[in-house]
Amino acid sequence: MNTLFEARNITKQFADHRALSQVSISVPEQSIYGLLGPNGAGKTTLIRIINQITAPDSGELYFHSRKLKPEDIYKIGYLPEERGLYKKMQVGEQAIYLARLKGLSKSDSQKKLKYWFGKFEIEAWWNKKVEELSKGMQQKVQFIITVIHEPELLIFDEPFSGFDPINVNLIKDEIFEVKKRGGTIIFSTHNMASVEELCDTIALIDKSKKILEGTVKDIKSEYKANTFEIVYTGNQARLNSFAGSTFSLINHSTSDGRNKASIRIINGRSPNDLLSELLPNFTILSFNEILPTMNDIFIKKVKENK
Amino acid sequence: MDKIILIIKREYLTRVKKRSFIVMTILGPVMLAALFIVPVYFAQMEGEIKKIGIADETGLFTHEFSSTENLNFIILDSDIEAAKQRIVPDELYALLYIPKTELSLPQSAVLYSPKQPNIIVKGFISNIMKKKVESLKLEASGIDPAILTSIKTDINLVTVKMNEGGEEENSSTELSMAVGFIGGILIYIFIFMYGAQVMRGVIEEKTNRIVEVIVSSVKPFQLMIGKITGVAMVGLTQFALWIILTLIIVSVFFSVYSHEFSTYKSSNLKLQENTIVPPTGTQTSIPADEINESLTAVFDSIQSIHFVVLIGAFLFYFVGGYLLYGALFAAIGSAVDSETDTQQFMLPLTVPLILSIAISQFIMVNPDGPAAFWLSIFPLTSPVIMMIRIPFGVPYTDLLISITLLILGFLGATWLAAKIYRTGILMYGKKISYKELWKWIRY
Repeated sequence: MNTLFEARNITKQFADHRALSQVSISVPEQSIYGLLGPNGAGKTTLIRIINQITAPDSGELYFHSRKLKPEDIYKIGYLPEERGLYKKMQVGEQAIYLARLKGLSKSDSQKKLKYWFGKFEIEAWWNKKVEELSKGMQQKVQFIITVIHEPELLIFDEPFSGFDPINVNLIKDEIFEVKKRGGTIIFSTHNMASVEELCDTIALIDKSKKILEGTVKDIKSEYKANTFEIVYTGNQARLNSFAGSTFSLINHSTSDGRNKASIRIINGRSPNDLLSELLPNFTILSFNEILPTMNDIFIKKVKENK
Repeated sequence: MDKIILIIKREYLTRVKKRSFIVMTILGPVMLAALFIVPVYFAQMEGEIKKIGIADETGLFTHEFSSTENLNFIILDSDIEAAKQRIVPDELYALLYIPKTELSLPQSAVLYSPKQPNIIVKGFISNIMKKKVESLKLEASGIDPAILTSIKTDINLVTVKMNEGGEEENSSTELSMAVGFIGGILIYIFIFMYGAQVMRGVIEEKTNRIVEVIVSSVKPFQLMIGKITGVAMVGLTQFALWIILTLIIVSVFFSVYSHEFSTYKSSNLKLQENTIVPPTGTQTSIPADEINESLTAVFDSIQSIHFVVLIGAFLFYFVGGYLLYGALFAAIGSAVDSETDTQQFMLPLTVPLILSIAISQFIMVNPDGPAAFWLSIFPLTSPVIMMIRIPFGVPYTDLLISITLLILGFLGATWLAAKIYRTGILMYGKKISYKELWKWIRY
């Protein structure tokens, strides 16, 4: 897969703290790239650098494998975390203004806005002032403004904050839609569930450094701890007696006469070794590999980085 | 560049379409026109003919009071008690009673009237009596009043300014002061009104959180310059509309009331004439000449101020001063989260401006002193102070230094403001100190 956007060794120092040090990311074309990290890690600074709002102290930015140019701003759409609209301005007038700032002509922006307003069923808001709209309505308008110029690269900073669940799904669908049409999305969030659902690739930034990058699939398998969950019938004490050479018991619970155990395979044994050891002695009802959630990996990595 | 134009357009149109702008644009000229019209209108109301009865026991003044268009004098029976009875039925405005004196000439009279008589009428009457008594006294001491009138002289002091080449120019100090001061005041008002609007606009964008959306499309500097320019154009539009509408209202008013207006004027002139006509009758041509001369003097001095220089300087300091302050106001707006936090940063801007106006009287008295010189080249005070100085004649070197410094000041302020602005607009929820601002400027 081609790389659409790349940042190499980005460093940014503010007066009294370092926001980014030697951060490199590489965003594959037509994918959803999650930018994760705790508050204050430097995500927003990195996003602002990508948007050319702030300049890095050192490091390079590449777009389509060439240096990022000021005009590339028109190929990027940005939905900031701190977002809003002119309250006293009419929705349509304002949308045209912002679309034109992104380089669209007046007639083009009108045409495209009509399409999007129709799609979101909000044509009736065209002549309303923004202050008359609810927060969720404003977010819809804001989303349209972000994608109106059909950017190659879309950057969403916490896009779901302020949306109700219905609108969250609407936006999720649109994000997938954008990807299907060939767009690339950088997606910054704290919401790990949405990361698992949406992202193909992630980078984890903590304390101004990138501490993890890769596809979600690879990272998950890298961080799986050879743990399995088995549901069985039989005696727990008996299971304990087997532990030691092939596996260790992490967790155990019993409900409705069914025993559930979390175990980790040790000493380089395979799941088959485990099963062949257990099958003669227990009735195995289910056997599952436990993959770490992104949440677990996030917490683990950030704790390690302390 | 086309992005800046887009921003200017939005800043301009949203403000011009606001109800408050439209209200101010209409109310301003109405109030300004009222300044011209109301005094004339009230004078007009006084224009009705007033009947004044005269009961003269001395018989000396009977022929002195000739009726004018505003005042109608009626000679009544000298019996005061009988005359008093006629105030109401004859609808007299007032009754003048000059009591008989035994030995000396009369020096007092009584004016009876149903309401407080106005000051012009009182002045008119006492003036006529004074003239008559004076001429009687002169006659008594054997001096011909005509001689006295002929030696009476008004000195018209024409001030002539010598420039360095030894050429002479006419000048009129009073007019210079007025023109310079009005120019200075206009600049002061413009800077305060529209500088504050720039600041409020920046704060609005910041609190609306739209600013980050915009700076992902345009550079913060473009947004700042676009806003400052857009607001300036709103200000210029408002000023232009005020002047045009005021002229329209005033001229419509005077053309509608032109008839009464001319009557008023001529009667006014007549009043003046009456006071200068010598009692014995022979009228000399001196007064008319004098009027003409002083008119020419005023006209000459208007030309002597070098209107091209004056208007050029006004436009330069008007725009230059606004741009300098506008950039600084924008920087303040970007550094705070709400208007209530602006106080500490506003002070360094309001002090020089208010000082300029406060000290202007002193500058007018002493337009070439060291205070005038330094304040007229310091960019934060020069727009107002230089306007006050220019009509008095300013060496070209001073003007050049002042203009250069204002341009440098504007560039410096914009550079400084841009640094504060691009950091400030993305900074939320932090109380900003001067130390913090200094950090922003440095990196």
